[in-house]
This record gives sequence, C-alpha cells and structure tokens, in this order.
Amino acid sequence: MNRRHITCTINGDKAEFLCDDDESLLNTLRDELGLTGAKEGCGTGDCGACSVMLNGRLVCSCLVFAPEAEGATIETIEGMADGEHLHPLQTAFLEGAALQCGICTPGVLIAAKALLDRNPEPTESEVRYALAGNLCRCTGYDKIVRSVLDAAAQMKNNLQEGDRL
Amino acid sequence: MKYEAPKSIDEALELLESEPDSCVFAGATDIIPQMRSGRPEPKLMIDLKCIPEMVQIACENKVWTIGAAVPAVLIAGDSALKSDFPGLAESAGLIGSDQIQNRASLGGNVCNASPAADTVPALIVNNAHAVIASKGGMRTLPVALIATGPGSTSLNAGEFIVAFRIEQPLPHSADAYLRFIPRTEMDIAVVGAAARITMDKAGNCTDAVIALGAVAPTAVRVTAAEDALRGNPIDEDTLTKIMAAARAACNPIDDKRGSKEYRTQVAGVLAKRVVIEAADRARK
Ligand SMILES: Cc1cc2nc3c(=O)[nH]c(=O)nc-3n(C[C@H](O)[C@H](O)[C@H](O)COP(=O)(O)OP(=O)(O)OC[C@H]3O[C@@H](n4cnc5c(N)ncnc54)[C@H](O)[C@@H]3O)c2cc1C
Ligand code: FES
Ligand code: FES
Repeated sequence: MNRRHITCTINGDKAEFLCDDDESLLNTLRDELGLTGAKEGCGTGDCGACSVMLNGRLVCSCLVFAPEAEGATIETIEGMADGEHLHPLQTAFLEGAALQCGICTPGVLIAAKALLDRNPEPTESEVRYALAGNLCRCTGYDKIVRSVLDAAAQMKNNLQEGDRL
Repeated sequence: MKYEAPKSIDEALELLESEPDSCVFAGATDIIPQMRSGRPEPKLMIDLKCIPEMVQIACENKVWTIGAAVPAVLIAGDSALKSDFPGLAESAGLIGSDQIQNRASLGGNVCNASPAADTVPALIVNNAHAVIASKGGMRTLPVALIATGPGSTSLNAGEFIVAFRIEQPLPHSADAYLRFIPRTEMDIAVVGAAARITMDKAGNCTDAVIALGAVAPTAVRVTAAEDALRGNPIDEDTLTKIMAAARAACNPIDDKRGSKEYRTQVAGVLAKRVVIEAADRARK
C-alpha cells in the first residue's frame, strides 16, 4: 500500500514525513523523524513515557494514529530547551536528581510543562494528580514532584525579576 | 488498514457503507490497546473527530447536546454543563490520566461497552439519549439500551452515535456519581454508582433514578431502591432499603480488583452515599 504523506508542525518547524495508516504517532516520531525522546513503555496508554503535546493537548503518542498528525501542531521533549538553554523544569530535574534510568523523564517533563502552562503555582497534590499518567520505576516519584514544585517557584522568581528589570 | 477522517456525517456514512470491515473511533484509547492485544485490525478506521457536530457541546431549548467525540476534559471542565449535571461531569473527569482525558470520548466510553465504563451510570440516571446516524436517517435511543453485554452494543452495522441529548434538570433535582477503586487515580471501577434525586420542599424525595456500574455485564438500574425513595424522606430506614436493593441488583464478576462478595458489599455502601450526595445537592 502507498504510504501517506503528512505535513505538520513539530517544535515550531514545518515537518513532512511518510507513514503507514496503522502506525502510531510515537513510532513515526521515533523511526521516521529521529525524535527518540518519547519512549514506548507500554503501548497501551498506561505509562505516559510517550507523552507529547498534540494541538496544545497532552496525549499519549502511542494512542494516536500517525495520519492524525496531518495539519497538526506537535511539541516533543526535543523542543523543550531553547538551544543550549534548558527549560527551568529540566534544570530542576537535574539539580533535584529527579531521574535515574531516564526512560520516563521525557514524558514526565512534557506532562509537567503542560501542568505549569495552565497552572503556574500548583499544590503538591495537583502535581501528583497531573503526573498520575506517568509511571516511573526508579525514583519513587518524590524527587520528581519536588523538582516540579521547585521549577514552578523558580519560574515565578524569574517572572518577578523580569518585572523588576 | 486505511485511515480516513471525514468532515461530515454523510461522508462518514458513505465510508461506513463502502467498507463493511470498518470501525469508527474518536480518542482511540480503547481501540488501540485492544488492537495491541490481538483484536483484528479493521480494513478501514474512520476518525470522527473532524465532524463539527461531533465535537461540540451546546444547550438549546433546555436540552444539552454533547457531541459523541468531545474529549472528556471538555465535559469535565464545562462549567455550565457541570452546574446542570455535576455527577456526569465528575464521571467524565474520572476517566484515566490527563493524557487519556484529552482523547477519551463519551461515544467511545458508551460503545466500548465495558461494564465498568464510568460515564454510563451517570448518563443513564440523567435519561441521556444517543442520537444515532445511519443511511436511513437519525434515530434516538436511551443510553441504557446501547450496551447489551461486555463489548457488545445494539448498534447496527452502518450506524454510529453522533451526540448525546439530555434535558436540563428540574429545580430541586441533582445528580451525583461515585466510584470505588483500589487506588486514588488510574484504575477501573470496582463499583460505580450514580443517582439523580428530586426533592420537594418538605424534604421528601419525589423522584429517584439510581444506576450501578461494574457489578453486572452492563450497567444496571436499581428500581427497587428508586421505589423505596419515591415519596419518602431520606432517613435511616430508606437508606437501609437502598443498600439492600443495590446489593440485590448485583451480579458481579470475581477478579483481582474485588471478589463477588466484596463488590456486592461495596455497591450497597456506594449506592447509599451517592443518594445522600445527590439529595444534598438537590436541596440547594
Ligand atoms: C490508561 C487508561 C485509563 C483509562 N481509565 C478509564 C476510566 O477510569 N474509566 C473509564 O470508564 N474508562 C477508562 N479507560 C477506557 C477509555 O479511555 C474510555 O472508555 C474512553 O471513554 C473511550 O473513548 P475513546 O473515544 O477513546 O474510544 P475509542 O477507542 O475511540 O472507541 C471505543 C469503541 O467505541 C466505538 N465508538 C467510538 N465512538 C463511537 C461513536 N460515536 N459511535 C459508535 N461507536 C463508537 C469504537 O468503534 C470502539 O469500538 C481508560 C483507558 C486507558 C488507556
Ligand atoms: S507507551 Fe504510550 S502510554 Fe506507555
Ligand atoms: S527514572 Fe527510570 S523510570 Fe523513571
């Protein structure tokens, strides 16, 4: 069967690729586009390691058919840092040792950013609920949750400093 | 497998007719995991999310119309809908993680026909009707008549659900939905219980609809509990009858989440609590 030609926007850049109709967006991102940040932990929507933003909404890319990307705007972990400049969440995760093997980390960061974008000052319990769809086999979650709260505090500080300048 | 995303109901119906081995979908949060665990791939997958009527929520002439492909996050987050149907909004808000919420639809929840589907008891107590499209035209059917057993529905080949219609509630009437799971998030109901309660000024219940999920092959109405409520105050005596009636309506499975006895026990407790919750809301 002919492969389908898809045009979309990924991390702000126009992207084109070929896919099979029954392929998942996750496989396309990884195998066609070389964006291997999103991981396949389960393939069934349970672990969140494949999390990306699709048209501004957090989704499991393993549960999206690749052709659904036509005309869509997609953000992946590869677009999170601004060049060499890490996102405050990424810095907080490094400083807070919020990762061990790192398999869950891209998905956790995308989900955490989705939370902070809509709720810049979440409570601990809001962070835990927002990350309920992201499983981590290594850290025991505490360092992840604390690092998200640290990043939120840091981003608030940055904003206030920006106001003063 | 081929993928198509029709832009209108008619186009979707044409596609369904053109390929007998086809399957409609919205969020794909049930269908993809099922295909991964061996469900055969259809020849054609029809994505319903590009059909405008199917992704809209509207209230006109006292009737809410919720598109069958609207993601749960928008149902749980619609404040006007939530003020009319807090229980339904809560049931949609319980589906999965944020990632799942952003995709999971009512059409998928109802048509996947899992006995534990969270929105089904809440839709039933609100007397929601599915608007079903086919080449022959539109028909409506109460949600209670859609699932016929685990994984099977009464929809015919060539049909799909466009939207759900629910009349705005009367004054002094309210719904509620409660779910019991072994964890606080990300699990499937051991028991789900929904109620709609209407009260009069004297504090008596004038009307009641109660439905349970996850305790039988499909969601079940507990008519004996409804009878016990109608015309009576919500006191210890009535609540005891509700618990007994809910337990008598159970025909659950045994699984890792709970034995038959456990599910039956919990169903009584949850039915009582959900009636108290809905009645409290109805009094306000
Ligand atoms: C991690 C995870 C957690 C979950 N948690 C919950 C939970 O807590 N509670 C719960 O109830 N469910 C849960 N689910 C199951 C699932 O998310 C829900 O049932 C969801 O509402 C399905 O909607 P969908 O749009 O994704 O369905 P799809 O997968 O798109 O479709 C499901 C079925 O319905 C049919 N269908 C879809 N739309 C229509 C239509 N308009 N007309 C006719 N047929 C249609 C499809 O052909 C398919 O057979 C969970 C799933 C996952 C992966
Ligand atoms: S790989 Fe997508 S949720 Fe686990
Ligand atoms: S760091 Fe290993 S799974 Fe989270």
